[in-house]
Amino acid sequence: MNNSWRITNGRIIDPSTSTDRIGELLIIDGIIAAPDQAPPPGTPVIDAAGCWVVPGLTDMHVHLREPGEEYKEDILSGARAAAAGGFTGVACMPNTRPVNDCETVTTTILARAAGASVRVYPVGAVSKGGEGKQLAEFAALKTAGAVAVSDDGRPVHDAQLMRRALEYARDFGLIVISHSEEAALSRGVMHEGAMSTRLGLKGIPAAAESVMVYRELALAEWVGARVHIAHVSTEMSVDLIRRAKDRGVRVTAETAPHYFTLTDEALVDYDTNMKMNPPLRSAADREAIRRALADGTLDAIASDHAPHSILEKETVFDAAANGIIGLETVLPLTLAMVRAGLFDAKRLVELLAVYPAAILGLPAGTLQAGVAADVTIIDPDAEYVYSVDRVVSKSRNSPFLDWRLQGRAAWSMVGGEVRHRAGQG
Amino acid sequence: MAPGMDFTHRHILDMHQFAREDIDHILNTADSFKEISSRPIKKVPTLRGHTIINLFFEPSTRTRLSFEVAAKRMSADTFNISASTSSATKGETLIDTARNISAMHPDIIVLRHSSSGAPHLLSRHVNAAVINAGDGAHEHPSQGLLDLMTVKEHRGSLAGLKIAIIGDITHSRVARSNIEGFTTMGSEVFVYGPSTLIPHGIDNLGATVCTSLEQAVRDADVVMTLRIQRERQNDPLLPSLREYARYFGITSEVLSLARPDALIMHPGPVNRGVELTPDVADGARSVILDQVTNGVAVRMALLYLVMGNA
Ligand SMILES: [Zn+2]
Repeated sequence: MNNSWRITNGRIIDPSTSTDRIGELLIIDGIIAAPDQAPPPGTPVIDAAGCWVVPGLTDMHVHLREPGEEYKEDILSGARAAAAGGFTGVACMPNTRPVNDCETVTTTILARAAGASVRVYPVGAVSKGGEGKQLAEFAALKTAGAVAVSDDGRPVHDAQLMRRALEYARDFGLIVISHSEEAALSRGVMHEGAMSTRLGLKGIPAAAESVMVYRELALAEWVGARVHIAHVSTEMSVDLIRRAKDRGVRVTAETAPHYFTLTDEALVDYDTNMKMNPPLRSAADREAIRRALADGTLDAIASDHAPHSILEKETVFDAAANGIIGLETVLPLTLAMVRAGLFDAKRLVELLAVYPAAILGLPAGTLQAGVAADVTIIDPDAEYVYSVDRVVSKSRNSPFLDWRLQGRAAWSMVGGEVRHRAGQG
Repeated sequence: MAPGMDFTHRHILDMHQFAREDIDHILNTADSFKEISSRPIKKVPTLRGHTIINLFFEPSTRTRLSFEVAAKRMSADTFNISASTSSATKGETLIDTARNISAMHPDIIVLRHSSSGAPHLLSRHVNAAVINAGDGAHEHPSQGLLDLMTVKEHRGSLAGLKIAIIGDITHSRVARSNIEGFTTMGSEVFVYGPSTLIPHGIDNLGATVCTSLEQAVRDADVVMTLRIQRERQNDPLLPSLREYARYFGITSEVLSLARPDALIMHPGPVNRGVELTPDVADGARSVILDQVTNGVAVRMALLYLVMGNA
């Protein structure tokens, strides 16, 4: 497959080299070439006029469902959805069946990912079986290729286990990703507030997240380890993280597009595609998330792509599974924030490419000469309806179905190879 | 009057869907049907040839019986399906059952379900009109309507009345239907109970949250009490029913703060000595049995009106 390109006339945005200019990006044999290098004769040209040429995007929080639940998604189908969404790398959470808590599972995932459209970075489990009792073998996981550890989906309840995980992960240069949720407070099915009261659905208060965020911050400060807070959804969590950063705590944090796009009002018809964990919050929370993306309190945007079939979703709200697909809608929903004036294009690239890679320690998120040419070409203006027949993921559980969206990935390249081209699947 | 004239609602899912004119229309229709229940032959041919299925996923003798009596007095064919639910399969069971029932071409499905929003889901999967007979902690619109009818009969109008609702608001679908219904009709609703049982944002539905029993009951036209449970699913709501009775129960002494002709209502079944002292529950102001009679009339009206929109 061809892996040399002249990408011309595009707006090249690369925060890692303080670049924002209209010009040409040259890729030779899958590697970003130096600006003064001459293109070999016959190098094919992509005219990127009107588009942004940026480092390949990394989604640091997805559920690919393989092994164990391939009827919802598998590594190859999830990676195709990722490429279609403009991503060139994804970090997949360990709550598969079996749980990715040992090198065998990590190795299996990476073997399957060898033929995938994008780079796949497995996240190992914090605890054996994700059961929250014994530490998983972090060193073995890291050696096999895990880039972080997390008990996402089944939050670590035992504070001592979390403390030990932070300490031990630091020894191997791994970051702990915390799904922060106090189980005793989160027996509900939606955000607790006026809307849950009206709908008669059991609520999950904002405090269910924030008390655990505070626990992680206190532990990380005490042991001096890095911690990453996943899918931040509340104003209180944002405030805690902002203050912790001021204190010098080594914390990073991500949110997902649904938390800066939707609120709990979206549940008015009991649509189970509006059900996820953490739940859609209040308008004030959404506002705080938006501000935190702009002011640097939040470092990354991740989809929390969580495919489910109609078996899990076509049911009463109480019984429906948590989670929505998101890989294909992150980019247009984030571009909407740029159009709304919340932050600029450079910040978008930081949130979707630079920081996700940096937090996980990946050799990505840059267009520096000499690195592998993982490149996303964004058409920020294309308008289309995200109809069900457009969905690339194996599952269809998106709250944004039939939304009119603006902006998409025109091309996604991994190592200079085209893995997605808009209008061509 | 042609069935369902001026009535535009295909399904009865909650009180939230009704404007004041809708409720007036339902109550007027119920009023005209009430007389049928006092005839020697309590039956009219209005819904002859129509099929009504009572689909109950939660045990309920009173509501099911009330809907069944209402349907039979209208000459409809009724079938009762009782299904038990385990939490793991309750959603699947509803859709599966709905598809099977749909093949029998019912005109109306009356649904009782332990999950809020179940009637909304059902209405998207069947051709029949769906009437919500109680869904989780969400709503119980026919109960709300019969409560409105009962109060209106005694007061003539609902505008400007003070309605006090005391007890477990959080878990009560009757409370939600009544708050929506009474505020839509121009009454003022005041709620009171231990803070563990007052849900966040209930004021957004139009209720005023009181800080004392006296504030709630003083000069009230109606005092409605709701059934109390000490604990639900490991959620410690109250230390004891005895303590509840002492600090939140309606005694004749508390009731003396209300208007002299205040009505006492309870959606039943009453924990005598907990929500109400026995003398209050059985006293002259209690309209608990009127509620039962009006329940049949309101349900006749709902069946009739939705059939006009089939
Ligand atoms: Zn999570």
